Amino acid sequence: MAIEVRIPTILRQYTDGQKAVEGSGDTLAELFADLETRHSGIQARIVDGAQLRRFVNVYLNDEDVRFLDGIDTKLSDGDSVTILPAVAGGMA
Amino acid sequence: MRYDSPLAAVGNTPLVRLPRLSPSADVRIWAKLEDRNPTGSIKDRPALYMIEQAEKDGRLTPGCTILEPTSGNTGISLAMAARLKGYRMVCVMPENTSQERRDLLAMWGAEIISSPAAGGSNTAVRVAKELSAEHPDWVMLYQYGNPDNAGAHYATTGPEILADLPSITHFVAGLGTTGTLMGVGRYLREHKPDVKIVAAEPRYDDLVYGLRNLDEGFVPELYDASVLTTRFSVGSADAVTRTRELLQQEGIFAGVSTGASLHAAIGVARKALKAGESADVVFLVADGGWKYLSTGVYTAATTEEAIETLQGQLWA
Repeated sequence: MAIEVRIPTILRQYTDGQKAVEGSGDTLAELFADLETRHSGIQARIVDGAQLRRFVNVYLNDEDVRFLDGIDTKLSDGDSVTILPAVAGGMA
Repeated sequence: MRYDSPLAAVGNTPLVRLPRLSPSADVRIWAKLEDRNPTGSIKDRPALYMIEQAEKDGRLTPGCTILEPTSGNTGISLAMAARLKGYRMVCVMPENTSQERRDLLAMWGAEIISSPAAGGSNTAVRVAKELSAEHPDWVMLYQYGNPDNAGAHYATTGPEILADLPSITHFVAGLGTTGTLMGVGRYLREHKPDVKIVAAEPRYDDLVYGLRNLDEGFVPELYDASVLTTRFSVGSADAVTRTRELLQQEGIFAGVSTGASLHAAIGVARKALKAGESADVVFLVADGGWKYLSTGVYTAATTEEAIETLQGQLWA
């Protein structure tokens, strides 16, 4: 199950500069754990315990996952995940 | 339809179904054409309403100077109303907004003070607040924090939509001052508790974010997250793609921020389709494309080229 993950500039140090990588998992939490196996260090920058870090926004097909099920949000094949720093306060 | 003055013609805009962009016969997308307001944008509603409420309260009296941070449309609406009502108008606007918007403001007699491109509207707000402190006699209506901004939509936009489409399931609009979503959202919730209120937030390229100071976080005072059901973050590429689809498939010539709202509308419509639900999704056409012609996004030969031309520009 392939999911495209778009990586923001500040996290590209973990992806050898790649703007997008592929990963897999049934939920976002599983996806981030899968990314960690190839991009060591990235998971801790996104997740803090059982939640997203405060100043990180994650979007599933452009929808803010904080309004879905957070890191427990379910994923399907072909989904697109975007990680962004919460610029401009993130308004949340 | 007959009105006693141009200002009386604000609102009562058409709601049109988009047969080609709707995913199915049971999942329908509707566009509310706010470009049909007197100065060509949805901002005529809050601008006029904020002025009239300030007049009623006695905050705004003949000969006053109105000051406002604006990326364009609110300034244009305020400038037109100020001209007809005899006020002086001063706008604070980011320096990287389109020439058309500057020309329109000047045409209605507004004075423009440019704020640095870095930080976009956030910086314009800061500069306007500084000017307001220096000129205590100027009246800043302040669309980001004025309850009459949301009040305009609660009093007009929301009731119009519900009257035209009682079966509405989703309302989608751009997240700028948040006034539209707060006002329409509250009105619809009161009458249809299950309605979903969806925000489309602009997401700029690294090029624009690179200019920003991350400490400059700014949440409009009007914003109340509890009104929203969900939020979409729409990148420039998707906003441009949808703006061009709206033109090519439905013949509607809209500004780029409308493309972002359409993208979110299609997103929730597809989710409804996948879940086997029927839906009536309303999104707002905030303004027409005229003011953005110089960006080249409409005339570029391909969508890829159009996306390229918008790199580094603010479009919402």
